[in-house]
Amino acid sequence: MGYTLNFSAVWRSFDLLLQGLALSLGLAVMGIAIGCVIGLVTAFGLLSKNALLRRPAQLYVTIIRNTPILVLILFAYFALPQMGVRLGKIESFVATLAVYSGAYLAEIFRGGLLAVPRGLKEAGLAIGLRQSQIRNTIVIPLMLRNVLPSLSSTLISLFKDTSLAAAIAVPELTFEARKINVESFRVIETWIITSLLYVATCTVLAALLRRLEKRMSIPR
Amino acid sequence: MTNLLEIRDLHKRYGDVEVLKGVDCAMAQGDVISIIGSSGSGKTTMLRCINMLEDFEGGTIRIDGEEIGYDTAGGRRRRKKEKEIARQRAMTGMAFQQFNLFPHMTAAHNVMLGLVKVKGMGRDEARGLAEKWLDRVGLAERRDRYPGQLSGGQQQRVAIARAIAMNPKLMLFDEVTSALDPELVNEVLQVIKDLAADGMSMLLVTHEMRFAYEVSTRVIFMNQGRIGEEGNPREMFVKPQTERLAEFLMNSTFN
Repeated sequence: MGYTLNFSAVWRSFDLLLQGLALSLGLAVMGIAIGCVIGLVTAFGLLSKNALLRRPAQLYVTIIRNTPILVLILFAYFALPQMGVRLGKIESFVATLAVYSGAYLAEIFRGGLLAVPRGLKEAGLAIGLRQSQIRNTIVIPLMLRNVLPSLSSTLISLFKDTSLAAAIAVPELTFEARKINVESFRVIETWIITSLLYVATCTVLAALLRRLEKRMSIPR
Repeated sequence: MTNLLEIRDLHKRYGDVEVLKGVDCAMAQGDVISIIGSSGSGKTTMLRCINMLEDFEGGTIRIDGEEIGYDTAGGRRRRKKEKEIARQRAMTGMAFQQFNLFPHMTAAHNVMLGLVKVKGMGRDEARGLAEKWLDRVGLAERRDRYPGQLSGGQQQRVAIARAIAMNPKLMLFDEVTSALDPELVNEVLQVIKDLAADGMSMLLVTHEMRFAYEVSTRVIFMNQGRIGEEGNPREMFVKPQTERLAEFLMNSTFN
């Protein structure tokens, strides 16, 4: 085959790719940040003795984890407006990612909460701390340390899931790449560069998380 | 004068198993009482009812005349509100078999946490008090170490400092030397002896018979959810009145 690689078309539009990447990161940070809050609340719900809290939490996790994220994205963007919930593309995607990541993070947080020894809560009670103080100063900080190693692979996979926002024309990295591909017909070059941008970002993300893990580790 | 601690007809069950079958006990200011007995006799459960780590179904516990954990009005018994129970828990201090230090905080921070969050003390004042108590248990130089960097005996001494710093009316010790290597037991017992000498009121669940003999003003022998025998250690250990206690003492080591 007589194909010669020519990256000049991609370089000309490189700014667009970088803008797309910036938006991808923005979507991930917003979605996952909200997802963490949802996940934390849900994790406590999953562990609650009260069935009125536990059942809805279980239902939420089950439904979300058994639905492909692409279906959720399309549902939020096309079906919800029919039901009276109108969101812009970006808001719609961030909300979907938040709800989606919340279900996965809830399961991770639940495991981390279970690993906090009961005796530590009792020690907190014994000095007169209230439940909420024990949760905030003892249980959550220890849970986060427990889950950090497994959290990083989930966070990276959630970041990569932002590429699915292309399906509803959110101008993130994958969407911009497709535009360049269509306009320049430089198929191989475009997708090579795009892939490399994802790989580079994920590598940096992983390194940052490893550093955080190290910094938060308890000296012994 | 009202008793510091007064337990009347305490009943506690786990499902179908009744672990406390009516325990009565009174304790005056400055008393050091050791609770001995075989495992499953209810001694730890009794201790844990006093600071409401366990709910109980019947009887009353009073500290300084104040009813712990429950309100009885018009014949109905209600568990007190969480906030009220937390306040009552702070009247006692507790040290645990497994130390239960907060692993993500230094020794000093472990001691400071309750002072700041429960007593509302400023950080500097709390820090000063934490250092004073860590010094008292012989750990002044280790105050910035994390629990994982301390030996078992050192961890237990930090845990005692954490409880004592809260200035409790009564200290509860739940088998505090059972998880320690033999050579680390004495450093912890010495700390408890010093506290006894200072006049601290203490209730100790222990398997250290010699220590119970030396430090206690009174000994309670628990047997199958009831108090089997109680009295002065010098009399009880030498002349047990019941066969069960005689048997128990025979099988215990005095080292």
